[in-house]
Amino acid sequence: MVEAVDPQFLRPLAAQNVDRGRAMTFGADKPLTLDSGRQLSPFTLAYMTYGALNADRSNAVLVCHALTGDQFVASAHPVTGKPGWWETMVGPGKPIDTDRFFVICTNVIGGCMGSTGPADIDPATGKPYGLDFPVVTIRDMVRAQAMLIDALGVDKLLCVIGGSMGGMQVLQWAASYPERVFAAVPIATAARHSAQNIAFHEVGRQAIMADPDWNSGNYQLAETRPGKGLAVARMAAHITYLSEAALQRKFGRSLQNREAVSFGFGPDFQIESYLHHQGMTFVDRFDANSYLYITRAMDYFDLAADYGGVLAEAYRGAKTRFCIISFTSDWLFPTVENKRVAHALNAAAANVSFVEIETDRGHDAFLLDEPELFAAVRGFVNAAATVRGVA
Amino acid sequence: MTALRADLRAIADMIPAGSRVLDVGCGDGALLEHLVKTLGVDGRGIELSQVNVNACVARGLSVLQGDADTDLHEYPSSVFDIVILSQTVQATRAPNVVLANLLRIGGRTIVSFPNFGHWRVRASLLFKGRMPRTKALGYHWYDTPNIHLCTIADFVETAKEADATIVQALALNADGDVRPMNIDTWGPNLLAEGAIFLLEAKQAA
Repeated sequence: MVEAVDPQFLRPLAAQNVDRGRAMTFGADKPLTLDSGRQLSPFTLAYMTYGALNADRSNAVLVCHALTGDQFVASAHPVTGKPGWWETMVGPGKPIDTDRFFVICTNVIGGCMGSTGPADIDPATGKPYGLDFPVVTIRDMVRAQAMLIDALGVDKLLCVIGGSMGGMQVLQWAASYPERVFAAVPIATAARHSAQNIAFHEVGRQAIMADPDWNSGNYQLAETRPGKGLAVARMAAHITYLSEAALQRKFGRSLQNREAVSFGFGPDFQIESYLHHQGMTFVDRFDANSYLYITRAMDYFDLAADYGGVLAEAYRGAKTRFCIISFTSDWLFPTVENKRVAHALNAAAANVSFVEIETDRGHDAFLLDEPELFAAVRGFVNAAATVRGVA
Repeated sequence: MTALRADLRAIADMIPAGSRVLDVGCGDGALLEHLVKTLGVDGRGIELSQVNVNACVARGLSVLQGDADTDLHEYPSSVFDIVILSQTVQATRAPNVVLANLLRIGGRTIVSFPNFGHWRVRASLLFKGRMPRTKALGYHWYDTPNIHLCTIADFVETAKEADATIVQALALNADGDVRPMNIDTWGPNLLAEGAIFLLEAKQAA
């Protein structure tokens, strides 16, 4: 049984009058079978849609969000009231034009914006899952999305697009459901999480678990919140999204509201104050256990491992058209990782384009105003739509 | 679609319909699009410039942003029927290595380039004592991307060293005139502004 429900959010809503999106609950007859061998049932996926599905159902575009993203791609976030995270890319007249395409974005399984995650009640115990929530993988996220797409009556997606962890989902979609993906745009991503990236994630997780308010993951029952740990995790991660050049350009050694250093440990430097702000605002909208689970899903991602260690095998016979995009200053998901995917696709004789965008803004560039990124996505998606015969 | 440049049209005429084609240094994709749309080839491209790659992607072409000097060795052998290197060989760092890679990747290889043996080029050096600047070679000595210019005679020798058979050789002139040339005579090397070669790797014994 699949049932439309109202999306439920863990945090109080700052913006009451915005579209809160939709949600679907999959009943006991439609469990989500996970890579770990466990099953999640029942489970709910929260999602947003923009634009309209055309008569022959050929214009659906699935946007996959990154680690701390959500389904609010192109409209205000109900918890923070801030604009959608990719409003520069998705909307009327934008590179992914919602006047032409039907855009779907789901909150990933394990998330904290309405899809079932560790903060939700475990029907078996009547208490929040906490660390009893099963470990999920990128493939589990994609499986759940495929079930939602089925429920929405979309058989084949015109395009699946996303950056960072969203890009991992794009790669997984094209490997798991090649016949359901006409075109794919993985941006600033990799087919496997690197040792360095796993290392940074572990720092974040240890920060959360070292916070006494984390209470072994049972902070909801203890009525505490591991805000300090989660903020530190966010601060450490945020550095990896930028670049040395961008940090120098934006902050340099500039002091924060003072003429000289204070000979103490307050936020003397603007960069410190900036990171504190990033950490604090993040805590208001994100769940600490969700952060543990979703970073773990990324760590476990190694697409080639499912295909005998040969990435090209994941795409043998693929008809999907790919456009892979990387950024010159991204050291979290560097060009070389993106190119690895392009070469594997080439070796599988797939249709693949690869674009490297010149920017000093690091990994974050995929979310920012990068005209060449917009030009590449607009050109590729429109060309794919034309080939597929979308009006 | 705008009319194809004469040299590109001559290249297109060498390509059988439906073949698998890799265009190395494909520019804005004009030739590749023509090949895909009129000959139904399965076309791929490599291009250095980001702006050109975007132009190709918007045409619906499959193009990798990359460098002929560094990226060709990553391609498996004999995956393409035809590999094209149009007006690009003279800008590569190691033309002989690039040529060897092209012969390995493609069944047949098409190479076009400006002829540095043309009489105007020779005259510029002989009479003015200056590095030549012609219509085909419009740069100053210090800003030219053409770091490895060659004459038709040079290329013929390099092709032989690469163990390639010359299947076809065309002389190119600025007015769009394309005609077969006899590479065993001195005439084309003096009179042709450019050349197009169709090469094939000699079968390994």
